[in-house]
Amino acid sequence: MNIHDKYKPLTFWEKLYLPAIIAGIWLTSKHFFRNLTLHILRALRIRRSAMGAVTIQYPEFLRPLFPRLRTMHRLTKREDGTPRCVACMMCETVCPANCIYIIADEKLEDPQIEKMPKSFDIDLGLCIFCGYCVEACPEDAIRMDTGILEISNLTRNGMVLDMETMLNLEPRQDRYVKYTKEGDIVSQEYLKQSKSE
Amino acid sequence: MPKITIDGTEIEVEKGTTVIQAAEQLGIEIPRYCYHPGLSIVGVCRICLVEIERMPKLQVACYTPVTDGMVVHTNNEKVLQARRAVLEFLLINHPLDCPVCDQAGECWLQNFYMQHGLYDSKMFEDKVKKQKALDIGPNVMLDSERCILCSRCVRFCDEITETFELGIFNRGDHAELLPYPGQELDNKYSGNTIDICPVGALTDKDFRFRTRVWYLTETPSVCPGCSTGCNISVHHNDKRPYKAGGIRISRLKPRYNPEVNQWWMCDEGRYGFTYVDDDSRIVAPQKKTRGRWQELSWNDAIDEIANKMKDTIDKHGAEAFGVILSPQMTNEDLFAAKRFFKETLELENIDFEVAAREKGYEDDFLMKADKNPNTEGAKKLGVSAMDNSGLEVAQMLAEAKDKRLKALYICHHDLEKGFNKEEVKAALSKVDLVIFQGTNQNLTSNLANYCLPSATFVEIDGTFTNFAGRVQRIHKAVEPLGESKPDWIIFRNLSKRLGKSMPYFEPEDVFNALVEEVDAFKGLSYEKIGEHGILLDGHEESAEKEMGALVA
Ligand code: SF4
Ligand code: SF4
Ligand code: SF4
Ligand code: SF4
Ligand code: FES
Repeated sequence: MNIHDKYKPLTFWEKLYLPAIIAGIWLTSKHFFRNLTLHILRALRIRRSAMGAVTIQYPEFLRPLFPRLRTMHRLTKREDGTPRCVACMMCETVCPANCIYIIADEKLEDPQIEKMPKSFDIDLGLCIFCGYCVEACPEDAIRMDTGILEISNLTRNGMVLDMETMLNLEPRQDRYVKYTKEGDIVSQEYLKQSKSE
Repeated sequence: MPKITIDGTEIEVEKGTTVIQAAEQLGIEIPRYCYHPGLSIVGVCRICLVEIERMPKLQVACYTPVTDGMVVHTNNEKVLQARRAVLEFLLINHPLDCPVCDQAGECWLQNFYMQHGLYDSKMFEDKVKKQKALDIGPNVMLDSERCILCSRCVRFCDEITETFELGIFNRGDHAELLPYPGQELDNKYSGNTIDICPVGALTDKDFRFRTRVWYLTETPSVCPGCSTGCNISVHHNDKRPYKAGGIRISRLKPRYNPEVNQWWMCDEGRYGFTYVDDDSRIVAPQKKTRGRWQELSWNDAIDEIANKMKDTIDKHGAEAFGVILSPQMTNEDLFAAKRFFKETLELENIDFEVAAREKGYEDDFLMKADKNPNTEGAKKLGVSAMDNSGLEVAQMLAEAKDKRLKALYICHHDLEKGFNKEEVKAALSKVDLVIFQGTNQNLTSNLANYCLPSATFVEIDGTFTNFAGRVQRIHKAVEPLGESKPDWIIFRNLSKRLGKSMPYFEPEDVFNALVEEVDAFKGLSYEKIGEHGILLDGHEESAEKEMGALVA
């Protein structure tokens, strides 16, 4: 089977070519003039809340994130505050970028746990954000739900996340889109909040 | 001899063979936990069930001897179902600690579950709790929750070491493997229980949590710990070198050789490799000037040392020069050394034997008092005082004290092991030129003028000859640390600098030259030595002795 078969066949109007071109130009122009007007109104301080372009004015405005998005890693904790991670090195093994470095340690005071990481570093300069580490973890100890996308540093070493930092990160729910049960987006709290500032 | 049909293939086997062994001869793998070819058969784990025609029930393959005309099925639905059920049974109380467990990756529960289990568990009961992380001996940790009571370790301690430390206590699902009250699993071979434990119940204190087994690469080798030369696998960490803080060799495991060590090795050898990645390793050529060590490049070191050696010989004659080789060196190293010292420099005072002050532990199983892997090889190669009509090591030291010896070339030895400290100090301080070639710093190296770094046994290819005259190969597992080099390369380079080149590029070249020159090794080659080594001519008898000790 030709892979193109999965596309819809062209309708009669589309085959005529010109009407489709005109429709395209119409759509582009509509946005152009709409944005132009809104931006002018904003610049003249007539309608401040109007969002001009579909482009988001980062960093004043932050884009709502979808929960499936993979953002900076964090390590989860047990109830008593110790890391859930047992240093099984599954994530290290599966990581295609080889950017996780774990050193295990014995935890003899609690024979039910026995093993914990002595150090746990992720080099975000190498990480490709594939999320395999999260999938591989048998303990649900590593997650990529911090909502932190702003990962930059002036040095390469600064890109290395250590265990301490990762254990203290919390998921930032407010940056995420919320859904109704039916799957409709109900709130973009963060977005609204930044708009009203 | 009975004929038997297994899965449709007919095979004729020795009388008394069990079904599991017959299947093995056909290359059919029947899962097993409690069966170990080196131990007695108990048939307690029941994973090896097979169907034998005209027998009403499934039978254990490990305990059933073959009879003529037997027809066995190892893979039909009935058998597979039984295996699944046995696995489900074994895992009723087994905690699935796999993320923590050091056996994960080489665990027979995991492997067989993936091959034969894959059932939906019917269990809702809580698992029976037992003791975890129990320190039962100097080398072994026990997690009795993980134990599947196969009794291999118990039989090992009863039958092989005959030390009877372990037992299974209580009944039913409270049954538990433990050392007898007041006892520890403390014998010279305790590490083997870890190897044969099919699950992660017995783990190695030395290895626990250091790394995961799937990062390790195996290289076949021979243990340099004593003159038995047990066959081993060197497990080294190539995939995650940063893991172990510079420790490249993670562990040694015995490798099966029916003629030498069968499945076993001693703890002394097993844990004796730590010097390889130790801080005391000599990593670059060094020279002592006014009491301080200073690093040199190899070129400068070879130049300086060759010049000084030549000067000494020119000035004081060959009899003022002593050479102490070592039975820690491979046949190749010793042969190159002999060429260099005897043929290039025409020295006579060459010896290798330094008798240890304290006699090493010896038993009638594997361990030998001679803690060197290649004493026999050194004798065969003729590098002892007797063969060269020169001075013995003790005489050399005495001569040195009287200032008649002007230079000493010492390979690998820590003379302190054979003589007392004061004696060594008195002798070496009187000699003008002391060259130490070896792997680690010790008293002798500290007293030398020059130190040359040699590679250790995991960093070279070569051969050792064990006490029974068996030549066995060792293989390079990791690169030599720092600037260190195999001994034969150092001798080759020195020899070239003094005008006589040795055309060797690989250890095999040296070995081939050796085979041509030394009668005892006639006709050998690396191919012929193979995996399990080969006996030198005239050694059949002692080899049998060796086997006898093992079987007894
Ligand atoms: S997201 Fe992918 S690349 Fe990044 S640490 Fe996890 S496994 Fe490695
Ligand atoms: S996979 Fe999970 S438990 Fe294992 S080392 Fe990674 S974070 Fe820790
Ligand atoms: S012995 Fe260890 S690796 Fe094997 S199943 Fe049990 S916990 Fe997992
Ligand atoms: S500790 Fe291991 S070898 Fe010993 S009985 Fe238990 S499972 Fe078997
Ligand atoms: S291997 Fe046969 S019963 Fe255990």
